[in-house]
Amino acid sequence: MSAKREMIDVYISGELFQVPEGSTIISSMEYAGFQLKRGVGCREGYCGACATVYREKGDYKLKGGLACQTVVTDGMAVAMIPFVPAEKPTYDLNELEADVSTFTKLFPTVFRCVSCNTCTKACPQEIQVMDYIQAIIRGDIERAANLSFDCIRCGLCALRCPSEIVQYNNAILARRLYAKYLAKKSPELDTRLKELDECKYDKEIEEVKNMPKDKLSEKYYSREIKIS
Amino acid sequence: MKLPYYPGCTLKANAKHFEDSAQKALEKLDYQLEEMKDWVCCGTVFSMTSDDLMLQLSSIRNLLRAEKQDLKELVTLCSMCYNTLKQSKDFVEGDLDNLEKVNNFMYMEEAEYKGQVEIYHLLTLLRDRIKFETVKAEVTNPLKGLKVGAYYGCLLVRPQKFAIDDFEAPTIMEDLVESLGAEAIDFQFKLECCGAYQTITKKNISVKRAYEILDSAQRVGCDAIITSCPLCAYNLDFLQKEIEKEYVDFQTIPIFYFTELMAVALGVGWNGEWTKKHDVDPEPILIEKNLI
Ligand code: SF4
Ligand code: SF4
Repeated sequence: MSAKREMIDVYISGELFQVPEGSTIISSMEYAGFQLKRGVGCREGYCGACATVYREKGDYKLKGGLACQTVVTDGMAVAMIPFVPAEKPTYDLNELEADVSTFTKLFPTVFRCVSCNTCTKACPQEIQVMDYIQAIIRGDIERAANLSFDCIRCGLCALRCPSEIVQYNNAILARRLYAKYLAKKSPELDTRLKELDECKYDKEIEEVKNMPKDKLSEKYYSREIKIS
Repeated sequence: MKLPYYPGCTLKANAKHFEDSAQKALEKLDYQLEEMKDWVCCGTVFSMTSDDLMLQLSSIRNLLRAEKQDLKELVTLCSMCYNTLKQSKDFVEGDLDNLEKVNNFMYMEEAEYKGQVEIYHLLTLLRDRIKFETVKAEVTNPLKGLKVGAYYGCLLVRPQKFAIDDFEAPTIMEDLVESLGAEAIDFQFKLECCGAYQTITKKNISVKRAYEILDSAQRVGCDAIITSCPLCAYNLDFLQKEIEKEYVDFQTIPIFYFTELMAVALGVGWNGEWTKKHDVDPEPILIEKNLI
Protein backbone atom coordinates (compact mmCIF):
# COMPACT_ATOMS: atom_id res chain seq x y z
CA MET A 1 0.00 0.00 0.00
CA SER A 2 1.30 3.43 -0.83
CA ALA A 3 2.16 5.83 2.00
CA LYS A 4 -0.73 7.98 3.09
CA ARG A 5 -0.49 11.50 1.71
CA GLU A 6 -0.44 14.46 4.09
CA MET A 7 -3.43 16.76 3.95
CA ILE A 8 -2.89 20.48 3.57
CA ASP A 9 -5.08 23.58 3.89
CA VAL A 10 -6.27 25.31 0.75
CA TYR A 11 -8.71 28.21 0.47
CA ILE A 12 -10.89 27.78 -2.59
CA SER A 13 -12.75 30.98 -3.40
CA GLY A 14 -12.29 31.94 0.23
CA GLU A 15 -13.47 28.69 1.81
CA LEU A 16 -11.09 26.40 3.69
CA PHE A 17 -10.65 22.79 2.54
CA GLN A 18 -8.20 20.02 3.36
CA VAL A 19 -6.78 18.39 0.28
CA PRO A 20 -3.98 15.86 -0.32
CA GLU A 21 -0.58 17.51 -0.78
CA GLY A 22 0.81 17.22 -4.25
CA SER A 23 -2.58 17.90 -5.84
CA THR A 24 -2.92 20.35 -8.63
CA ILE A 25 -5.39 23.19 -8.17
CA ILE A 26 -7.92 21.38 -10.37
CA SER A 27 -7.61 18.06 -8.59
CA SER A 28 -7.79 19.75 -5.20
CA MET A 29 -10.99 21.51 -6.22
CA GLU A 30 -12.51 18.28 -7.43
CA TYR A 31 -11.36 16.56 -4.25
CA ALA A 32 -13.15 19.29 -2.32
CA GLY A 33 -16.35 18.48 -4.21
CA PHE A 34 -16.48 21.18 -6.87
CA GLN A 35 -17.73 20.13 -10.26
CA LEU A 36 -15.87 22.11 -12.89
CA LYS A 37 -17.83 22.78 -16.03
CA ARG A 38 -16.13 25.90 -17.41
CA GLY A 39 -12.48 26.73 -17.28
CA VAL A 40 -11.16 23.20 -17.64
CA GLY A 41 -9.88 21.69 -20.84
CA CYS A 42 -7.06 19.36 -21.72
CA ARG A 43 -5.60 19.05 -18.19
CA GLU A 44 -2.19 18.80 -19.82
CA GLY A 45 -1.16 22.45 -19.82
CA TYR A 46 -1.81 22.99 -23.52
CA CYS A 47 -5.24 24.46 -23.99
CA GLY A 48 -5.09 27.49 -21.71
CA ALA A 49 -8.65 27.07 -20.45
CA CYS A 50 -7.90 26.80 -16.72
CA ALA A 51 -6.42 30.18 -15.90
CA THR A 52 -6.29 30.71 -12.18
CA VAL A 53 -5.01 33.27 -9.72
CA TYR A 54 -3.56 32.34 -6.37
CA ARG A 55 -1.60 33.63 -3.45
CA GLU A 56 0.70 31.54 -1.34
CA LYS A 57 0.82 31.78 2.42
CA GLY A 58 3.08 34.56 3.59
CA ASP A 59 3.62 35.95 0.10
CA TYR A 60 2.16 39.30 -0.95
CA LYS A 61 2.26 38.45 -4.64
CA LEU A 62 -0.89 37.59 -6.51
CA LYS A 63 0.28 34.98 -8.99
CA GLY A 64 -1.30 33.50 -12.07
CA GLY A 65 -1.06 29.97 -13.35
CA LEU A 66 -2.81 27.09 -15.02
CA ALA A 67 -4.94 25.18 -12.54
CA CYS A 68 -4.03 21.85 -14.14
CA GLN A 69 -0.31 22.50 -13.75
CA THR A 70 -0.01 24.41 -10.50
CA VAL A 71 0.52 22.28 -7.41
CA VAL A 72 -1.15 23.58 -4.27
CA THR A 73 0.88 24.51 -1.21
CA ASP A 74 -0.21 24.69 2.40
CA GLY A 75 -2.30 27.78 3.06
CA MET A 76 -2.68 28.70 -0.61
CA ALA A 77 -5.71 30.77 -1.63
CA VAL A 78 -7.01 30.10 -5.15
CA ALA A 79 -9.71 31.33 -7.50
CA MET A 80 -10.58 30.08 -10.96
CA ILE A 81 -11.16 32.40 -13.90
CA PRO A 82 -13.52 30.59 -16.23
CA PHE A 83 -13.58 33.15 -19.01
CA VAL A 84 -11.92 36.41 -20.01
CA PRO A 85 -14.30 38.67 -21.94
CA ALA A 86 -11.56 40.24 -24.01
CA GLU A 87 -11.81 42.54 -27.01
CA LYS A 88 -11.53 40.58 -30.25
CA PRO A 89 -11.97 42.36 -33.59
CA THR A 90 -12.82 40.37 -36.68
CA TYR A 91 -10.73 40.76 -39.78
CA ASP A 92 -9.99 39.17 -43.12
CA LEU A 93 -6.34 38.18 -43.20
CA ASN A 94 -6.28 38.53 -46.98
CA GLU A 95 -6.96 42.23 -46.71
CA LEU A 96 -4.30 43.09 -44.15
CA GLU A 97 -0.75 44.30 -44.46
CA ALA A 98 2.05 42.76 -42.46
CA ASP A 99 3.12 45.95 -40.74
CA VAL A 100 2.35 48.14 -37.79
CA SER A 101 -0.51 49.94 -39.56
CA THR A 102 -2.66 46.81 -39.21
CA PHE A 103 -2.33 46.99 -35.43
CA THR A 104 -3.00 50.71 -35.44
CA LYS A 105 -6.35 49.93 -37.05
CA LEU A 106 -7.38 46.75 -35.27
CA PHE A 107 -5.75 47.11 -31.87
CA PRO A 108 -5.05 50.79 -31.20
CA THR A 109 -4.87 49.99 -27.48
CA VAL A 110 -1.55 48.21 -27.98
CA PHE A 111 0.16 51.60 -28.16
CA ARG A 112 -0.90 52.30 -24.58
CA CYS A 113 1.73 49.87 -23.29
CA VAL A 114 3.88 51.42 -20.55
CA SER A 115 6.40 48.54 -20.49
CA CYS A 116 5.55 47.68 -16.92
CA ASN A 117 6.13 43.98 -17.61
CA THR A 118 3.11 42.98 -15.51
CA CYS A 119 1.97 40.71 -18.34
CA THR A 120 5.28 38.87 -18.37
CA LYS A 121 5.03 38.38 -14.63
CA ALA A 122 1.54 36.93 -15.06
CA CYS A 123 2.26 34.54 -17.92
CA PRO A 124 2.24 30.85 -16.92
CA GLN A 125 4.08 29.99 -20.13
CA GLU A 126 7.06 32.17 -19.20
CA ILE A 127 6.64 34.13 -22.40
CA GLN A 128 8.27 37.56 -22.73
CA VAL A 129 4.82 39.08 -23.19
CA MET A 130 5.86 42.71 -22.83
CA ASP A 131 8.64 42.19 -25.35
CA TYR A 132 6.28 40.79 -27.97
CA ILE A 133 3.91 43.71 -27.41
CA GLN A 134 6.85 46.07 -27.80
CA ALA A 135 7.89 44.29 -30.98
CA ILE A 136 4.40 44.83 -32.39
CA ILE A 137 4.56 48.53 -31.54
CA ARG A 138 7.69 48.92 -33.60
CA GLY A 139 6.35 46.75 -36.43
CA ASP A 140 8.69 43.81 -35.87
CA ILE A 141 6.08 41.17 -36.60
CA GLU A 142 8.56 38.34 -36.94
CA ARG A 143 9.89 38.94 -33.43
CA ALA A 144 6.37 39.19 -32.04
CA ALA A 145 5.42 35.92 -33.73
CA ASN A 146 8.49 34.13 -32.44
CA LEU A 147 8.29 35.44 -28.89
CA SER A 148 4.59 34.63 -28.58
CA PHE A 149 4.80 31.19 -30.16
CA ASP A 150 4.01 29.27 -26.97
CA CYS A 151 1.01 31.41 -26.02
CA ILE A 152 -1.97 29.28 -25.04
CA ARG A 153 -4.39 32.20 -24.80
CA CYS A 154 -5.12 31.76 -21.14
CA GLY A 155 -5.90 35.45 -20.75
CA LEU A 156 -3.93 36.13 -17.58
CA CYS A 157 -1.77 38.81 -19.17
CA ALA A 158 -4.79 40.80 -20.30
CA LEU A 159 -6.38 40.52 -16.88
CA ARG A 160 -3.39 42.12 -15.20
CA CYS A 161 -2.48 44.74 -17.81
CA PRO A 162 -2.90 48.30 -16.50
CA SER A 163 -3.28 49.52 -20.07
CA GLU A 164 -6.16 47.16 -20.95
CA ILE A 165 -4.27 45.55 -23.80
CA VAL A 166 -5.36 42.14 -25.04
CA GLN A 167 -1.92 40.73 -25.59
CA TYR A 168 -2.84 37.30 -26.89
CA ASN A 169 -5.21 38.57 -29.57
CA ASN A 170 -2.46 40.88 -30.78
CA ALA A 171 -0.07 37.94 -30.70
CA ILE A 172 -2.22 35.63 -32.75
CA LEU A 173 -2.66 38.35 -35.35
CA ALA A 174 1.11 38.77 -35.46
CA ARG A 175 1.59 35.03 -35.99
CA ARG A 176 -1.07 34.94 -38.68
CA LEU A 177 0.50 37.87 -40.51
CA TYR A 178 3.91 36.31 -40.14
CA ALA A 179 2.75 32.96 -41.47
CA LYS A 180 0.85 34.42 -44.38
CA TYR A 181 3.12 37.22 -45.53
CA LEU A 182 6.57 37.03 -44.00
CA ALA A 183 7.64 33.46 -43.28
CA LYS A 184 9.87 31.72 -45.73
CA LYS A 185 7.76 29.45 -47.89
CA SER A 186 8.43 25.82 -47.22
CA PRO A 187 8.84 23.60 -50.29
CA GLU A 188 8.20 20.58 -48.03
CA LEU A 189 4.70 21.87 -47.38
CA ASP A 190 3.80 21.73 -51.06
CA THR A 191 5.21 18.23 -51.36
CA ARG A 192 3.26 17.09 -48.32
CA LEU A 193 0.02 18.68 -49.52
CA LYS A 194 0.44 16.93 -52.84
CA GLU A 195 0.98 13.62 -51.04
CA LEU A 196 -2.17 14.20 -49.05
CA ASP A 197 -4.11 14.94 -52.22
CA GLU A 198 -2.86 11.67 -53.58
CA CYS A 199 -4.13 9.88 -50.44
CA LYS A 200 -0.65 8.60 -49.71
CA TYR A 201 -1.21 8.33 -45.94
CA ASP A 202 -4.82 7.17 -45.84
CA LYS A 203 -3.88 3.60 -45.02
CA GLU A 204 -1.69 4.64 -42.08
CA ILE A 205 -4.35 6.98 -40.74
CA GLU A 206 -6.90 4.17 -40.85
CA GLU A 207 -4.48 2.00 -38.89
CA VAL A 208 -4.04 4.68 -36.24
CA LYS A 209 -7.78 5.20 -36.01
CA ASN A 210 -8.37 1.54 -35.30
CA MET A 211 -5.49 1.11 -32.86
CA PRO A 212 -6.33 0.15 -29.25
CA LYS A 213 -5.67 2.93 -26.72
CA ASP A 214 -2.61 1.37 -25.05
CA LYS A 215 -0.92 0.70 -28.37
CA LEU A 216 -1.72 4.24 -29.53
CA SER A 217 -0.35 5.72 -26.35
CA GLU A 218 2.83 3.64 -26.63
CA LYS A 219 3.32 4.79 -30.21
CA TYR A 220 2.64 8.41 -29.27
CA TYR A 221 5.20 8.52 -26.49
CA SER A 222 7.88 6.71 -28.45
CA ARG A 223 7.48 8.86 -31.55
CA GLU A 224 10.43 10.64 -33.01
CA ILE A 225 10.15 14.24 -34.06
CA LYS A 226 12.49 15.14 -36.83
CA ILE A 227 13.39 18.77 -37.16
CA SER A 228 15.52 19.52 -40.16
CA MET B 1 34.10 52.33 -33.74
CA LYS B 2 30.84 51.06 -32.40
CA LEU B 3 28.24 53.29 -30.81
CA PRO B 4 25.69 51.54 -28.56
CA TYR B 5 22.44 52.62 -30.09
CA TYR B 6 18.90 52.97 -28.84
CA PRO B 7 16.61 53.28 -31.91
CA GLY B 8 13.11 53.79 -30.53
CA CYS B 9 9.92 52.59 -32.19
CA THR B 10 9.43 55.28 -34.83
CA LEU B 11 12.87 54.70 -36.31
CA LYS B 12 11.78 51.16 -37.03
CA ALA B 13 8.57 52.26 -38.73
CA ASN B 14 7.76 55.72 -40.09
CA ALA B 15 11.28 57.06 -39.72
CA LYS B 16 13.26 54.11 -41.10
CA HIS B 17 15.02 56.53 -43.42
CA PHE B 18 16.30 58.46 -40.41
CA GLU B 19 18.02 55.35 -39.09
CA ASP B 20 19.18 54.19 -42.48
CA SER B 21 20.71 57.52 -43.45
CA ALA B 22 22.39 57.85 -40.05
CA GLN B 23 23.91 54.41 -40.33
CA LYS B 24 25.20 55.01 -43.83
CA ALA B 25 26.56 58.45 -42.99
CA LEU B 26 28.29 57.23 -39.84
CA GLU B 27 29.91 54.37 -41.72
CA LYS B 28 31.67 56.99 -43.84
CA LEU B 29 33.08 58.35 -40.59
CA ASP B 30 34.12 54.86 -39.42
CA TYR B 31 31.41 54.60 -36.80
CA GLN B 32 28.69 51.98 -36.57
CA LEU B 33 25.46 52.16 -34.65
CA GLU B 34 25.14 48.93 -32.73
CA GLU B 35 21.56 48.38 -31.64
CA MET B 36 21.12 47.35 -28.01
CA LYS B 37 19.22 44.13 -27.44
CA ASP B 38 15.69 43.84 -26.02
CA TRP B 39 14.91 47.52 -25.93
CA VAL B 40 11.36 48.73 -25.32
CA CYS B 41 9.54 51.99 -26.03
CA CYS B 42 11.33 55.01 -24.53
CA GLY B 43 8.16 56.08 -22.76
CA THR B 44 7.43 58.60 -25.56
CA VAL B 45 6.94 61.65 -23.39
CA PHE B 46 8.57 62.28 -20.04
CA SER B 47 5.79 62.27 -17.48
CA MET B 48 5.40 65.43 -15.46
CA THR B 49 3.43 63.66 -12.75
CA SER B 50 6.22 63.03 -10.29
CA ASP B 51 4.32 60.40 -8.32
CA ASP B 52 3.21 58.21 -11.21
CA LEU B 53 6.17 55.89 -11.36
CA MET B 54 4.44 53.57 -13.81
CA LEU B 55 5.15 56.09 -16.55
CA GLN B 56 8.89 55.93 -15.84
CA LEU B 57 9.18 52.18 -16.13
CA SER B 58 9.60 52.03 -19.86
CA SER B 59 12.55 54.40 -19.95
CA ILE B 60 14.25 52.96 -16.94
CA ARG B 61 13.83 49.43 -18.24
CA ASN B 62 15.92 50.42 -21.25
CA LEU B 63 18.63 51.85 -19.05
CA LEU B 64 18.54 48.78 -16.84
CA ARG B 65 18.77 46.41 -19.78
CA ALA B 66 21.57 48.45 -21.33
CA GLU B 67 23.46 48.31 -18.04
CA LYS B 68 22.95 44.55 -17.88
CA GLN B 69 24.38 44.33 -21.40
CA ASP B 70 27.47 46.16 -20.12
CA LEU B 71 26.74 49.28 -22.14
CA LYS B 72 28.03 52.47 -20.59
CA GLU B 73 26.12 54.74 -22.89
CA LEU B 74 23.30 54.86 -25.40
CA VAL B 75 23.10 57.06 -28.47
CA THR B 76 19.72 58.17 -29.75
CA LEU B 77 18.75 59.80 -33.02
CA CYS B 78 15.19 60.72 -32.13
CA SER B 79 14.88 63.88 -30.05
CA MET B 80 11.93 62.49 -28.20
CA CYS B 81 13.72 59.31 -27.13
CA TYR B 82 16.71 61.41 -26.12
CA ASN B 83 14.64 63.74 -24.00
CA THR B 84 12.56 61.05 -22.32
CA LEU B 85 15.46 58.74 -21.52
CA LYS B 86 17.58 61.60 -20.25
CA GLN B 87 14.88 63.01 -18.01
CA SER B 88 13.87 59.63 -16.63
CA LYS B 89 17.48 58.83 -15.87
CA ASP B 90 17.67 62.04 -13.89
CA PHE B 91 14.36 61.25 -12.21
CA VAL B 92 15.69 58.07 -10.63
CA GLU B 93 19.30 59.07 -10.22
CA GLY B 94 18.42 62.36 -8.64
CA ASP B 95 16.11 60.72 -6.11
CA LEU B 96 17.17 57.39 -4.67
CA ASP B 97 13.68 56.83 -3.31
CA ASN B 98 12.39 56.81 -6.87
CA LEU B 99 15.19 54.51 -7.93
CA GLU B 100 14.37 52.04 -5.20
CA LYS B 101 10.66 52.03 -5.97
CA VAL B 102 11.28 51.52 -9.67
CA ASN B 103 13.77 48.75 -8.97
CA ASN B 104 11.30 47.04 -6.63
CA PHE B 105 8.94 46.83 -9.53
CA MET B 106 11.58 45.36 -11.84
CA TYR B 107 12.02 42.08 -10.00
CA MET B 108 11.60 40.02 -13.16
CA GLU B 109 14.69 41.62 -14.68
CA GLU B 110 18.02 39.97 -13.96
CA ALA B 111 19.54 43.00 -12.28
CA GLU B 112 18.58 46.28 -10.71
CA TYR B 113 19.36 49.61 -12.31
CA LYS B 114 22.36 51.23 -10.69
CA GLY B 115 22.38 54.40 -12.71
CA GLN B 116 25.51 54.01 -14.80
CA VAL B 117 24.21 54.51 -18.34
CA GLU B 118 24.79 57.84 -20.07
CA ILE B 119 22.40 59.10 -22.77
CA TYR B 120 23.66 61.02 -25.78
CA HIS B 121 22.01 62.49 -28.78
CA LEU B 122 23.95 61.80 -31.96
CA LEU B 123 24.33 65.54 -32.55
CA THR B 124 26.38 65.96 -29.37
CA LEU B 125 28.57 63.01 -30.28
CA LEU B 126 29.17 64.54 -33.68
CA ARG B 127 30.19 67.78 -32.04
CA ASP B 128 32.16 66.49 -29.05
CA ARG B 129 33.53 63.08 -29.98
CA ILE B 130 33.55 62.66 -33.73
CA LYS B 131 34.03 66.43 -34.20
CA PHE B 132 32.56 68.61 -36.89
CA GLU B 133 36.04 69.21 -38.35
CA THR B 134 36.31 65.48 -39.02
CA VAL B 135 32.89 65.48 -40.63
CA LYS B 136 33.96 68.42 -42.77
CA ALA B 137 37.14 66.66 -43.81
CA GLU B 138 35.16 63.63 -44.97
CA VAL B 139 32.66 65.59 -47.06
CA THR B 140 32.96 64.59 -50.72
CA ASN B 141 29.80 66.23 -52.00
CA PRO B 142 29.59 69.61 -50.26
CA LEU B 143 26.05 70.95 -50.09
CA LYS B 144 27.03 74.10 -51.93
CA GLY B 145 24.29 76.63 -52.41
CA LEU B 146 21.79 74.82 -50.19
CA LYS B 147 20.23 77.14 -47.63
CA VAL B 148 19.24 75.09 -44.62
CA GLY B 149 17.14 76.11 -41.64
CA ALA B 150 17.84 74.02 -38.55
CA TYR B 151 14.65 73.39 -36.63
CA TYR B 152 15.15 72.34 -32.99
CA GLY B 153 11.63 72.35 -31.65
CA CYS B 154 11.36 71.65 -27.93
CA LEU B 155 12.97 68.38 -27.08
CA LEU B 156 16.61 69.04 -27.87
CA VAL B 157 16.77 72.17 -25.78
CA ARG B 158 14.11 72.01 -23.09
CA PRO B 159 14.17 71.82 -20.16
CA GLN B 160 17.41 73.74 -19.88
CA LYS B 161 19.07 71.07 -17.75
CA PHE B 162 18.91 68.55 -20.60
CA ALA B 163 19.56 70.89 -23.51
CA ILE B 164 22.16 69.62 -25.98
CA ASP B 165 23.37 73.17 -26.54
CA ASP B 166 22.57 76.72 -25.37
CA PHE B 167 18.87 76.36 -24.63
CA GLU B 168 17.90 79.76 -26.04
CA ALA B 169 20.37 80.20 -28.86
CA PRO B 170 21.62 76.78 -29.94
CA THR B 171 23.91 76.50 -32.94
CA ILE B 172 24.85 72.82 -32.88
CA MET B 173 22.76 71.94 -35.93
CA GLU B 174 23.85 75.05 -37.80
CA ASP B 175 27.47 74.13 -37.11
CA LEU B 176 26.85 70.67 -38.52
CA VAL B 177 25.13 72.16 -41.58
CA GLU B 178 28.11 74.44 -42.21
CA SER B 179 30.52 71.54 -41.92
CA LEU B 180 28.54 69.80 -44.66
CA GLY B 181 29.17 72.75 -46.94
CA ALA B 182 25.64 74.16 -46.84
CA GLU B 183 24.62 77.60 -45.69
CA ALA B 184 22.91 77.57 -42.29
CA ILE B 185 20.17 80.17 -41.99
CA ASP B 186 18.99 81.24 -38.59
CA PHE B 187 15.23 81.77 -38.40
CA GLN B 188 12.92 83.16 -35.84
CA PHE B 189 10.77 80.15 -35.00
CA LYS B 190 13.44 77.47 -34.85
CA LEU B 191 12.75 76.78 -31.16
CA GLU B 192 8.95 77.00 -31.29
CA CYS B 193 6.83 73.93 -30.62
CA CYS B 194 5.45 72.23 -33.75
CA GLY B 195 2.15 71.46 -32.05
CA ALA B 196 3.33 67.96 -31.17
CA TYR B 197 0.51 65.50 -30.45
CA GLN B 198 -2.17 68.14 -30.97
CA THR B 199 -1.92 66.89 -34.52
CA ILE B 200 -4.09 63.92 -33.53
CA THR B 201 -6.96 65.62 -31.75
CA LYS B 202 -6.72 69.31 -32.64
CA LYS B 203 -5.02 69.29 -35.97
CA ASN B 204 -5.71 72.96 -36.66
CA ILE B 205 -3.32 73.90 -33.84
CA SER B 206 -0.47 71.94 -35.41
CA VAL B 207 -1.30 73.26 -38.87
CA LYS B 208 -1.03 76.82 -37.57
CA ARG B 209 2.21 76.11 -35.71
CA ALA B 210 3.75 74.37 -38.70
CA TYR B 211 2.78 77.25 -40.96
CA GLU B 212 4.33 79.85 -38.65
CA ILE B 213 7.55 77.85 -38.37
CA LEU B 214 7.91 77.15 -42.08
CA ASP B 215 6.90 80.68 -43.04
CA SER B 216 9.49 82.19 -40.72
CA ALA B 217 12.14 79.97 -42.32
CA GLN B 218 11.06 80.79 -45.87
CA ARG B 219 11.02 84.51 -45.18
CA VAL B 220 14.78 84.42 -44.57
CA GLY B 221 15.45 82.28 -47.62
CA CYS B 222 15.64 78.66 -46.42
CA ASP B 223 15.42 76.01 -49.18
CA ALA B 224 15.07 73.14 -46.77
CA ILE B 225 14.56 72.42 -43.08
CA ILE B 226 16.31 69.82 -40.97
CA THR B 227 15.07 68.22 -37.80
CA SER B 228 15.87 65.27 -35.56
CA CYS B 229 12.38 64.55 -34.27
CA PRO B 230 9.97 62.25 -36.12
CA LEU B 231 6.96 64.03 -34.68
CA CYS B 232 8.25 67.45 -35.77
CA ALA B 233 9.11 65.93 -39.14
CA TYR B 234 5.59 64.62 -39.45
CA ASN B 235 3.95 67.91 -38.52
CA LEU B 236 6.22 70.07 -40.65
CA ASP B 237 6.14 67.76 -43.66
CA PHE B 238 2.78 65.99 -43.74
CA LEU B 239 0.73 69.01 -42.67
CA GLN B 240 1.93 71.13 -45.59
CA LYS B 241 -0.98 69.91 -47.70
CA GLU B 242 -3.32 71.25 -45.00
CA ILE B 243 -1.35 74.50 -44.81
CA GLU B 244 -1.71 74.93 -48.56
CA LYS B 245 -5.48 74.82 -48.19
CA GLU B 246 -5.54 77.49 -45.50
CA TYR B 247 -2.76 79.85 -46.52
CA VAL B 248 -2.96 80.62 -50.21
CA ASP B 249 0.48 82.20 -50.45
CA PHE B 250 2.22 79.15 -48.99
CA GLN B 251 4.89 77.32 -51.01
CA THR B 252 5.97 73.85 -49.92
CA ILE B 253 9.45 73.26 -48.53
CA PRO B 254 11.20 69.91 -48.03
CA ILE B 255 11.87 68.61 -44.53
CA PHE B 256 14.93 66.42 -43.97
CA TYR B 257 16.40 64.52 -41.09
CA PHE B 258 19.84 66.00 -40.51
CA THR B 259 21.31 62.57 -41.24
CA GLU B 260 19.87 62.54 -44.75
CA LEU B 261 21.84 65.67 -45.61
CA MET B 262 24.90 64.17 -43.93
CA ALA B 263 24.54 61.10 -46.14
CA VAL B 264 24.35 63.23 -49.28
CA ALA B 265 27.35 65.33 -48.29
CA LEU B 266 29.44 62.36 -47.22
CA GLY B 267 28.96 60.68 -50.57
CA VAL B 268 26.49 57.99 -49.57
CA GLY B 269 24.12 59.31 -52.18
CA TRP B 270 20.37 59.52 -52.03
CA ASN B 271 18.10 56.52 -51.64
CA GLY B 272 14.76 56.47 -53.45
CA GLU B 273 13.29 54.58 -50.50
CA TRP B 274 13.87 57.63 -48.31
CA THR B 275 11.86 59.76 -50.71
CA LYS B 276 8.84 57.52 -50.19
CA LYS B 277 8.88 58.38 -46.50
CA HIS B 278 8.57 62.11 -47.24
CA ASP B 279 5.38 63.89 -48.15
CA VAL B 280 6.89 66.99 -49.77
CA ASP B 281 9.26 65.59 -52.40
CA PRO B 282 12.80 66.20 -51.13
CA GLU B 283 14.52 65.38 -54.42
CA PRO B 284 13.89 68.50 -56.56
CA ILE B 285 15.95 70.82 -54.36
CA LEU B 286 18.83 68.33 -54.25
CA ILE B 287 18.70 67.98 -58.01
CA GLU B 288 18.45 71.73 -58.49
CA LYS B 289 21.63 72.19 -56.44
CA ASN B 290 23.37 69.37 -58.30
CA LEU B 291 23.72 67.31 -55.17
CA ILE B 292 22.22 64.05 -56.44
S1 SF4 C 1 0.85 35.50 -23.32
FE1 SF4 C 1 -0.98 35.88 -22.07
S2 SF4 C 1 -2.57 34.56 -22.93
FE2 SF4 C 1 -0.58 33.84 -23.72
S3 SF4 C 1 0.00 32.23 -22.30
FE3 SF4 C 1 0.97 34.12 -21.55
S4 SF4 C 1 -0.49 35.00 -20.08
FE4 SF4 C 1 -1.58 33.42 -21.25
S1 SF4 D 1 1.03 44.64 -18.73
FE1 SF4 D 1 0.22 45.89 -20.39
S2 SF4 D 1 1.22 47.89 -20.14
FE2 SF4 D 1 2.37 46.43 -18.90
S3 SF4 D 1 4.02 45.73 -20.29
FE3 SF4 D 1 2.33 44.29 -20.50
S4 SF4 D 1 1.18 45.06 -22.26
FE4 SF4 D 1 2.48 46.72 -21.57
